[in-house]
Amino acid sequence: MTAEPLLLTQKLRKEFGGLVAVDDVDFTVPEGAIVSLIGPNGAGKTTFFNMLTGVYKPTQGRVVFGGEDLTGKPPHAYTQRGIGRTFQNIRLFQNMTALENVLVGMHVRLRGNAIQAILRTPAVRHEEKDARERGRALLEFCGLRRKDDEIGRNLSYGDQRRLEVARALATEPKLLLLDEPTAGMNPQETAEFTTFVGRLRTERVLSVLLIEHDMRVVMGVSDRVTVLDYGEKIAEGEPKEIQKNERVIEAYLGKAAVTQ
Amino acid sequence: MDQPRRVTGKPRDLTSTMVLLIFTLGLYAFVWVWMAFNEVKRQRGERGAGGLLGVILMFPFVSAFLLPSYIGRMHRESGRTSPVSGWWGCLWFVPYVGFFIWAFVMQRALNAYWMGTDGPVTAADTYRSGWERVTDFELPPAWHRLPAKRRRAIKAVLLVGLGLLLIQFFGVWKDSALLLAALVLVLVLVPYQNWTIAGHRVGRWVVPGVVLAFAAAYPYYVSHMPEMPIFGPFPQVSTMVAMMIFSIMALGLNFVVGYAGLLDLGYVAFYAMGAYMAGWFASNQFSNQNLNIGAVGLYKGDTGLHFSIFLVLIMAGLATGIVGVLIGLPTLRLRGDYLAIVTLGFGEILPQIARNGDNLFGFNLTNGTGGITPIDGPGFGTWLHGHLHLPANYLTAGNLDSVFFWTALLLVLVTVFVSSRLRDSRLGRAWIAIREDEVAAAAMGVPLMRTKTWAYATGAFFGGVAGAYYASYKGGAFPDDFFFQISVFILCMVILGGMGNIWGVIFGACFLSYLDREGLSNVGSWLNGHFGPGGSDLQIWHKPLDVPLYEFGIFGAILVITMLFRPEGLIPSSRRAAEFHEGVREEYLYDVEHGAPISDTTESM
Repeated sequence: MTAEPLLLTQKLRKEFGGLVAVDDVDFTVPEGAIVSLIGPNGAGKTTFFNMLTGVYKPTQGRVVFGGEDLTGKPPHAYTQRGIGRTFQNIRLFQNMTALENVLVGMHVRLRGNAIQAILRTPAVRHEEKDARERGRALLEFCGLRRKDDEIGRNLSYGDQRRLEVARALATEPKLLLLDEPTAGMNPQETAEFTTFVGRLRTERVLSVLLIEHDMRVVMGVSDRVTVLDYGEKIAEGEPKEIQKNERVIEAYLGKAAVTQ
Repeated sequence: MDQPRRVTGKPRDLTSTMVLLIFTLGLYAFVWVWMAFNEVKRQRGERGAGGLLGVILMFPFVSAFLLPSYIGRMHRESGRTSPVSGWWGCLWFVPYVGFFIWAFVMQRALNAYWMGTDGPVTAADTYRSGWERVTDFELPPAWHRLPAKRRRAIKAVLLVGLGLLLIQFFGVWKDSALLLAALVLVLVLVPYQNWTIAGHRVGRWVVPGVVLAFAAAYPYYVSHMPEMPIFGPFPQVSTMVAMMIFSIMALGLNFVVGYAGLLDLGYVAFYAMGAYMAGWFASNQFSNQNLNIGAVGLYKGDTGLHFSIFLVLIMAGLATGIVGVLIGLPTLRLRGDYLAIVTLGFGEILPQIARNGDNLFGFNLTNGTGGITPIDGPGFGTWLHGHLHLPANYLTAGNLDSVFFWTALLLVLVTVFVSSRLRDSRLGRAWIAIREDEVAAAAMGVPLMRTKTWAYATGAFFGGVAGAYYASYKGGAFPDDFFFQISVFILCMVILGGMGNIWGVIFGACFLSYLDREGLSNVGSWLNGHFGPGGSDLQIWHKPLDVPLYEFGIFGAILVITMLFRPEGLIPSSRRAAEFHEGVREEYLYDVEHGAPISDTTESM
């Protein structure tokens, strides 16, 4: 890694009362990379994610994105700088249409203010029209063609997952955080999704950080894998190395699996 | 769509329905018509006012024809012969027993439909709008070969003729020939909703335009209107002014409660702020100052700040908006119940300042409990009066209430305009996103504090405008007008009408403020006249009943009933309705019987 990493955390730590959910994690995502974050249930992956997006404030440590220290800033500042995310348990705006969901995602990229909206100035009208067009294109890119006017809650499960990604992409992220995107998908959908993540990198020029349980996805797309266990980073490296790492196997399968 | 729909109504026991109808002297009819219309509307897959519309249309006798026509169509659509048709509505004109026979036949026909559907019923695949729904009788095929527009025209002529016949035979209609003509106008115009000129959908202005025309003409025809059953005469113009002012306030609160989903129990603070702005800038309050900017109706020797009320309205809105931001910055970090409690506190603090503001470190700001009075009236001055015939001074105008009403109507229009424009903007989407899921909205880049503060400030702005206008209409700002009840009153309007829906909120505001001003005392005198001492029908109680005394009890009951049977309000926004029935995220229901949380996808109603 020669250039400065896109995302960097230093000694990032989160305590909930006496529980240390994330324990002094140093972590980087290089520009243009697909990095996976894995670990057993309760390892602190989602807590870590929430700190990377400003939802939680870290107890200690720093989050640096694109050379700027964002620690302690509100979530929309992270989105503004270029971190987009999806949620583990889908959190769409259930009663808004697919297109409206995407338009909310564009919020930080649009300019129109309240006064302009009331007067509906040409600038705002143009911006809105443009946003709608881009939103439709984005929905199509994510495989939601002709679903613009469907209400979020009426979409199928797979489509809801796609819409979450579309909404996150609408924020024009440099780094996309996907929290267990294939949870609940069948093998075919998972395979499609894996190629979709690959396409994201080539067609949209962005880095991806992925929390994932499905090892085929992890091993298939990742450049690097980081493993968390009980809040600590226990391993980091290329997928092949991680597969052989003893501590990782121990964390997933118990000591017996290693000593055998 | 010809998807099969599930049956949405349920059969009712004929005997008990009739007993209820007769023993409540027909009052139960309102409930019954409400239920029947709702069920029928839902069965036909139509959204909208449903039952409410049915009840309203009972007054011009339209429901009498509408319901059998619907039932008949439902029967035919499921491939059966219909026991009723629209003509059964004529039964209403048979004195005394007609209505009861009608209700009996309708209930039997409905029962036959609800019970006779073993398999799924196929819903309407065509949906005709306007008055075709009213007059859908079986007609010879030659009729159907005529072009649609000509058929509509012929029907309109026939209906007018029928109306004239009715007027001839039944004297009660004489005064309301205008109303009937108006009704025909509406029913004929409604099908033109999709009318386009050069790609612009001009038709979408038809309905609002007609409604607006009727509203604006109200002072001219109100005295010709017949008395309504139970509710008595139509509201006076002065009551209409209050209804309009409360509409502005309710629409303002709708930004906060309806769009952004923040519970605000202190809205009266903004109303007070606006009223006192008018007090400060349009009265003799600050007597050591002397400034007159466009004010009208001043006497010799008047001192103090006198700004034109139109200017004061804007100033009051802006100042109140700023107060809204100041209150919002510390409070809007809180969520849900905590926010409600803090806003409640502010709603108490501001009126207290007004009450005790006659000696703020030696300075008389608010004149204490005496309030600030008199406050100037609005007016355009003699020059504009001479050239454009606009009223020079509202307070001395011969049609005082009417000019106040028209100006208030204009202010409501502005509020509606701003409401709808903001709702459909980037900011409005952000509000709704916050309401639906705050965490997701923040993660998508919606700045929570700023967006909520905007909602609060916008709501405050209109609260201030309404307060200033009301102070000018009443000619004073008095601290006793700004009790906590007003906050609740306005909140009731928003909830009853339908949170997030502009028309619903206006309806709620008009209805409740009408009840407050006139409705309850009218209902009270009707009740006393019939059942009170020397009652004409049946003497049940012996001392006159003071119905307005129980005002807040009645509003409370209305609110409880709304929450039980129609939590989304009478005229809801479709989104809000869905939220109430499907449950919003993070709001899981707790299954008391089994002691476990149940998922929010479980049907909650």
